[in-house]
Amino acid sequence: MLRAPKFELATPTSLGEAIALLAEAGPSGMVIAGGTDLMPNLKHELFTPSLVVSLARIPELHGIRRATDGSLVIGAMSSLESIAENALVREQAPALAQAASLIAGPQLRSMGTLGGNVLLDTRCQWYNQTYFWREALGFCLKKDGSKYHVVEGGAKCVAAASNDSAPALMTLDAELGFESAAGRRSVRIEEFWLADGIFNKRHAQGEILVELTIPKTPAGHRGAYGKLRERGSIDFPLLGVAARLDVDDQGTVSRADLVVTALAARPHRVTKAGELLVGTRPGDPQGELAAEFRARLAELARLAHKQCHPLENIPGDAAWRKAMVPVYVRRTFEAAARRAGPVHHL
Amino acid sequence: MRLLRLRVNGDVVPVAAPSHWTLLEVLRYRLGLTGSKQGCDKGDCGACTVLLDKKPVLSCLTLAALAEGHEVTTIEGLTPAHLRAGGRGADPIQDAFDRCGALQCGFCQPGMMLSARALLAKNPRPTRPEIQAALAGNLCRCTGYTQILEAVELAVAESGGAAVQPADGRRGARGAS
Ligand SMILES: Cc1cc2nc3c(=O)[nH]c(=O)nc-3n(C[C@H](O)[C@H](O)[C@H](O)COP(=O)(O)OP(=O)(O)OC[C@H]3O[C@@H](n4cnc5c(N)ncnc54)[C@H](O)[C@@H]3O)c2cc1C
Ligand code: SF4
Ligand code: FES
Ligand code: FES
Repeated sequence: MLRAPKFELATPTSLGEAIALLAEAGPSGMVIAGGTDLMPNLKHELFTPSLVVSLARIPELHGIRRATDGSLVIGAMSSLESIAENALVREQAPALAQAASLIAGPQLRSMGTLGGNVLLDTRCQWYNQTYFWREALGFCLKKDGSKYHVVEGGAKCVAAASNDSAPALMTLDAELGFESAAGRRSVRIEEFWLADGIFNKRHAQGEILVELTIPKTPAGHRGAYGKLRERGSIDFPLLGVAARLDVDDQGTVSRADLVVTALAARPHRVTKAGELLVGTRPGDPQGELAAEFRARLAELARLAHKQCHPLENIPGDAAWRKAMVPVYVRRTFEAAARRAGPVHHL
Repeated sequence: MRLLRLRVNGDVVPVAAPSHWTLLEVLRYRLGLTGSKQGCDKGDCGACTVLLDKKPVLSCLTLAALAEGHEVTTIEGLTPAHLRAGGRGADPIQDAFDRCGALQCGFCQPGMMLSARALLAKNPRPTRPEIQAALAGNLCRCTGYTQILEAVELAVAESGGAAVQPADGRRGARGAS
């Protein structure tokens, strides 16, 4: 039995009401969306708010629509299941739909929201544990203590960004729209992350994530998501790979992007992806992919392998996770080129 | 303490519970509905699965107060709903699990059956991979997955009118455990 510590619950029915409640509560207030990250964290006493504000009854936060300029606007409270199944998302943002389809299991996808996924707390095998367990180890820097269990003598918390949607949203240039007592703010997801496992986002107390905007993708946009995990269900990513390939009407790559996650405190963009793949022609999506494209991709996979340094912060042997980087980079880009995916081993 | 009005298995039940209590705690410790199991109590196992408006959710991570305004179905509600709809005997999924011997210790069964029920409501003729995907959030510690998949397939086949035998004739095992 693992029970949540005591708190009061508010269920506002408008955004204004929720913002006012959070402003009044200050640091003792927290937001609950689907609760699938927050509830286990409360039960582990990683947070002890006195007021929890539910966003479930606020209509402005729901719904997926195409704006007049063709961009995709997704309410923060959209369920992961709806992201995985929505026809607009699948067409304009296939990597995001695929990432959502591989998160957790069916129950958690119907409860969990996209907003909650973006704002997921970082994870570490020394942190996502009960109070009793953490206390037995003398706690750690991220919560209640000052030790580092992952990097001996380290100076920084290296808990891992583990939200599957984040790398996909980065390849899609998503913008996050927040609202708080201070007003509205919009931030490119690219600039949202901090390389600090204790708190890896530029997200201020009391700010509600209202919606995500994904600029219109071109007709030849292709994207895919690859995920390494121990079991083919439920598990958080041990490695997540989002790939983007925009192919023009001559069949030539006009833009390529690669973002990997679950390795460090923030998702990592492999910046050479564009340089290596732009200008190549992937070839027939149904047949054999072109030799030059495959050669460039092999080079990109080698480069990604060199740049990624997984630590023993989350389950799964770090050496295995590193060895899987080039494999997943290659397979995920191949899936994107073929308009296929997601990529996972089960 | 809050006074909640929950709709559980077709009845409206007023119940008092603290704000931080989960739906699972209210079901088990206020309403005596102990069919929903408290396994990991943190989202990993699926033993606490209930239906909220016909969708499977984890009651251990759902605050009870946020279930207000939704229809909650627990394992205790399946057969009564089947009978109310004019059916006979047990809910066909429960019946198929029974005849296929799709249980060992039984701890995962309520969650398994509710996930299967939700699947069939959405997709009455699922394939084996679709059944596996729908049950992916329900762990069986006894690892009796094969009979569980066979039981769902039996319920599917029988709902299509075909009288099928469960693999290796376990049909006759009813009540003879
Ligand atoms: C067993 C298990 C397996 C899981 N597997 C995965 C996985 O494979 N991949 C993965 O990415 N995740 C996984 N998760 C985590 C989680 O289910 C998802 O990340 C989910 O999308 C979180 O969304 P939520 O709505 O439930 O968030 P919540 O738990 O409600 O919120 C998460 C955090 O974000 C804040 N928040 C949420 N919405 C807003 C908003 N609109 N404005 C301001 N703050 C907000 C909350 O205050 C909280 O701090 C798993 C969880 C469990 C229990
Ligand atoms: S990386 Fe170190 S400080 Fe951060 S959560 Fe893990 S053990 Fe704690
Ligand atoms: S008890 Fe809810 S998922 Fe295990
Ligand atoms: S029968 Fe024992 S857990 Fe499934």
